[in-house]
Amino acid sequence: MKGFITKEFFHIFRDRRSLIILFGMPIVQILLFGFAITNEIRNVNIAILDKAHDTSSERIIEKMLASGYFVMNGYLESEDEIEAIFQKGKIKAVVVFGPDLDRNLATGGNGAIQILADATDPNTANTIANYAASIVRDYQAEINLNTTVPFQIIPEVRMLYNPELKGVFMFIPGTMTVILMLVSAMMTSISIAREKEMGTMEVLLVSPLKPVQVVTGKVLPYILLSSINAAVILLLGYFVFKMPMEGSLIALMGTTLLFIITTLSLGILISTVAHTQQMAMMISLMGLMLPTIMLSGFVFPIDSMPWPLRFLSNLIPAKWFIIILKGLMLKGVSITYLWKEVLILVLMTLALIGLSVKKYAIRLT
Amino acid sequence: MASIDPIISVQRLTKKFGTFTAVDAISFEVMKGEIFGFLGANGAGKTTAMKILIGISRPTSGTATVAGYDIYKETEQIKKSIGYMSQRFSLYNDLTIRENIEFFGGIYGLTQHQIRDKGEALVEKLGLQDNYKRPISDLPLGWKQKLAFSIALLHDPRIIFLDEPTGGVDPVTRRIFWNMIYEAAHRGVTIFVTTHYMDEAEYCNRVSMMVDGKIEALDSPGRLKDKYGVTSMNEVFVRLARNQTRGKDA
Repeated sequence: MKGFITKEFFHIFRDRRSLIILFGMPIVQILLFGFAITNEIRNVNIAILDKAHDTSSERIIEKMLASGYFVMNGYLESEDEIEAIFQKGKIKAVVVFGPDLDRNLATGGNGAIQILADATDPNTANTIANYAASIVRDYQAEINLNTTVPFQIIPEVRMLYNPELKGVFMFIPGTMTVILMLVSAMMTSISIAREKEMGTMEVLLVSPLKPVQVVTGKVLPYILLSSINAAVILLLGYFVFKMPMEGSLIALMGTTLLFIITTLSLGILISTVAHTQQMAMMISLMGLMLPTIMLSGFVFPIDSMPWPLRFLSNLIPAKWFIIILKGLMLKGVSITYLWKEVLILVLMTLALIGLSVKKYAIRLT
Repeated sequence: MASIDPIISVQRLTKKFGTFTAVDAISFEVMKGEIFGFLGANGAGKTTAMKILIGISRPTSGTATVAGYDIYKETEQIKKSIGYMSQRFSLYNDLTIRENIEFFGGIYGLTQHQIRDKGEALVEKLGLQDNYKRPISDLPLGWKQKLAFSIALLHDPRIIFLDEPTGGVDPVTRRIFWNMIYEAAHRGVTIFVTTHYMDEAEYCNRVSMMVDGKIEALDSPGRLKDKYGVTSMNEVFVRLARNQTRGKDA
């Protein structure tokens, strides 16, 4: 058994490609997701068409530029220029102030401000519009300080567990899940498929080693490497991105190990079907990675999916692990609250192992 | 050389895949120390039969013993008593010669001490000392084949199964390889070999010829040639295989 594991490590460390997938990719991915891919906005180029040129319009512009979200790209002279400047593609939004803003506010209480956003990217447009509108609302609150408006309903909003709405808090559990999936399921299935392709699997099966021993020997090194990966991702999250760690560390490690075993069993199941490394890789990528990214709630919220997809998402182990991770890290809940998710992962693992054994038995007879 | 005690004994062994009968009630015996050639065209069922004997496939019906052990109940003991080498030579290309020896010695339960002694003797015999620490992928095909054969013999098996061991190798290397086979047989190891090359069939003590899942002929090459009134095993093969109904690539 010891010899088997040593040999497996030789395979991994002598293959530059697998080394890169194992250790380079997790770090690159986490840094990419952490720094580059974010749904917060910052330094958005805007243009302004100010027909009012009075105190109110100037103070609002000032507030916008001071917020850090917006950068002034230029003043427009008339509505005709709006289309042209959007088409140049440099700016994401135009703020239009109607004429006589001050006077309208003083007399009728209604001022006209229009926010035009480039909705070729709907999410960004939405965020930009919301940010700009909230700056206008701020200004309104300032000028209304002296007058009391009757019957106001002001909802007080508090963002729990992630008050700054940091995107990275969402991406780290997601990325960790995807990477573990990739490393554990894809790498194991490829490495077992390689033995089949090379004909060494046959030799192993003819040897006195039991099939269980062969599979365990192949899987153990990946459990270790996946655990190291998980630890690296968590440390990066904690120290570089200040990801909170509210819950129990032991529970986190335990559930991570459970998820690693789940994905390894998936890898074993794939390898019972795939006869070549390429096939194993294709099945892992198409059959595992895509659904994991799309349906786990990592990128797209599950609640807003149509019911068939929502139903399918329940079959994705990653979904449950992400819930566990968020619960433990962000909410700091005790593991006893997550028993359902843990149980689901355990059952999935048992089912996957059972299925692999059955597939294997069929092949033998 | 060959004694009269059977070391492999097969009675009416059958393997069906659905309605397809890959191996059709074959019976034969292989004697201790014999070089037994297991011949047949592609798809004749010889690989399937061999897989049953080495314990990685289960028969549909029939009985067989290998090295005195039952193929249904005692596969563990069978696996310890046999060696196996396939046409793909089945070594790990990214491991060195030494690591391959250590690994395969290890899975057959040899001690560190035995592995070291046997490993050293082996590379010395093959003249591979200088390449001991180089990956297998650097070796030419012929050397890989010889090494694979020697490693398959590392745990002193009583029988060695060779599945088209000389596929893709040049005639000179094949000749050298057969010398190694003779040497092993001389030490009392029983050789069970499948091959496509009819000149190799001439090297065997006895050969069996499978056609469409059945054994059509079983005797020494000399007697087979006499029986069919031909001068080479090639002609014997053509005579027998001509009647087969299964496609060549089945």
